[in-house]
Amino acid sequence: MIPAIVVFIYLATVLYIGIFAFRKAKGREKAEDYFLASRSLGPFVFLFSLFGTNMTAFAILGSSGHAFSNGIVTFGLMASSSGLVIPLTIFLIGTRVWALGKKYGFMTPVQMFRDRWECGHIGTVIFVVQAVLLIPYIIIGIMGGGTTLNAISGGVVPYWFGGAIVAMVVMSYVFFGGMRGTAWVNTFQTILFLLFGAIALIVIGVGMGGFTNAVQAIQSSPALAPLLTRERISPLYFFSYTFIPLSAIAFPHILIFCLTARKMNQFKKTVIFYPLCILAIWLPCVFLGVMANRVTDVPQIRAKQEARRVLATQGKTMAPEARDDLREKAAGDDVILLLLERYAPFWLAGLLGAGIMAAVMASDSQILALSTMFTEDVFAFYGGKRRFGEAVQVQTGRIFIVIITLFAYAVALRAPETIFELAIQYAFSGFAALSPLLVAALFWKGSTKWGALAVTVWTAAAVAAVAIFQQVVPAPAPAPGQNPNIVVCAVGGIEALSRTPAGTAVFGFMPVVPMVIVSALLMIVVSKITRTPRATTLARYFKLEAT
Amino acid sequence: MKRIVLVIVVVALYVLHQDFWFWRTAHPLVLGFIPIGLFYQACFSVAASLVMWLLVKYDWPSLEREIEQPEPEEDSPS
Repeated sequence: MIPAIVVFIYLATVLYIGIFAFRKAKGREKAEDYFLASRSLGPFVFLFSLFGTNMTAFAILGSSGHAFSNGIVTFGLMASSSGLVIPLTIFLIGTRVWALGKKYGFMTPVQMFRDRWECGHIGTVIFVVQAVLLIPYIIIGIMGGGTTLNAISGGVVPYWFGGAIVAMVVMSYVFFGGMRGTAWVNTFQTILFLLFGAIALIVIGVGMGGFTNAVQAIQSSPALAPLLTRERISPLYFFSYTFIPLSAIAFPHILIFCLTARKMNQFKKTVIFYPLCILAIWLPCVFLGVMANRVTDVPQIRAKQEARRVLATQGKTMAPEARDDLREKAAGDDVILLLLERYAPFWLAGLLGAGIMAAVMASDSQILALSTMFTEDVFAFYGGKRRFGEAVQVQTGRIFIVIITLFAYAVALRAPETIFELAIQYAFSGFAALSPLLVAALFWKGSTKWGALAVTVWTAAAVAAVAIFQQVVPAPAPAPGQNPNIVVCAVGGIEALSRTPAGTAVFGFMPVVPMVIVSALLMIVVSKITRTPRATTLARYFKLEAT
Repeated sequence: MKRIVLVIVVVALYVLHQDFWFWRTAHPLVLGFIPIGLFYQACFSVAASLVMWLLVKYDWPSLEREIEQPEPEEDSPS
């Protein structure tokens, strides 16, 4: 219970920072101050808050859980590819969006799209798709909060109550502090969870008596040895994952965060240090997730391994519901918490638990972004700001924050998927498929609103199709050494569409690959046959070319 | 020319991410406990940071100057 008390102290600190920032803010009735901190964030806060806002529950819980089941491949799949793609997109796209936002006063991506492509209701369609895709991301934070508090308190704090506390704290400081409060909280949290990785690695390493013996023991076990290699993952699947980080810049909360920098030079540190920040947090978590397989004296970890073994040996003959049940039991989202409970002293487990909470609670920016989008893209666009004024607009944003948090909490209580799967399958793939919108808007004069609409409708349809497909065709059991996939459609003996234990494969690729490619093609083809915006509009965007 | 070289460097780094050569082996174990595949990807992250530094140093967009320029005149549809 002591670790849980330390975490509660941490939550109170976070709440204080958020509200303190609100009290310090001047001109708080201005929408630009509440939603964008008056575009005034300095380099230090900008780097840490932008990084922190992109690191959600899966950075610690999901990464170690995924590594527990799949091995070292987790780092290459998600972390190192993100270390290249995300800063690159911030460099190419984030800086341009910042410059345009500064010049024309944009506060959301949809405002820019409406202006760039001279459209109104198409912007509303983009808003709806963005909002629907963003909500799972918010749910992840609440689920992670529930899981973490439950594990840290040794089961005393139930999942539903832990989730409620996290939702309440996040909602409160976003409500009162707006972007300034959120940015400062994110900065504090990022420093905490960057420290977390190194400390957790040392503490658990010492507790396990060093990693050399553990690695050798894993190597000598035929069932565990593949976790030290990538042989259980196909190269096509590995390649597919490099498309997922394209989602980062298309996430509205990241793009909106790009608008908060005081100067463009503040992007420099973010671009350079982003890969190193990812390395610092993901490498220890992935490694510890793999090492958890050697911990034999924690009953919960043994139960997970047993569930994994039964799934692999008897899964084929089981009913889909029984397989899903076993899959849930085998999921390792809480292994890092179990390791801390086993090896860290009480007081340190609490501090490290606070570090985990820091990553888990990154849903603040998503909640604020949704509120910003609603008030700017819907409320203000359809005349609310003109009729009721800016103060009412900010209050509307606050009410929206409460509603969206309650909704996300209600869904989090019912969501059966593991944190990692839920995020990847819906939000990440969907936003990656929306990334051609940004590339076209900023770099291609020939793009049109109809091309943008085609991309948006396709993204919504593709995400829905994948979700329905995975609901209709139950996931097969993993079968080490064999192809476990359920082939739904084959072309010339090649698997065109199949259900895999981890999701869906299209010609061996994750769905995100065809989703992004088709999005890009639709933008090109539809724009070619439709009318481009006026020359003056284009001039406003393309004189911002880099020299 | 400078930009072409930078594009080549970025593409090369992307290709190097697909390190199929360490796919099925954990050896050598760096420091006695880090599988080579994991160590390689960690080095890749450091390399990504260095490439970002190159981009920032040699191809930083000069957008701030453009922000200060006046609005263009209204025009007819193209």
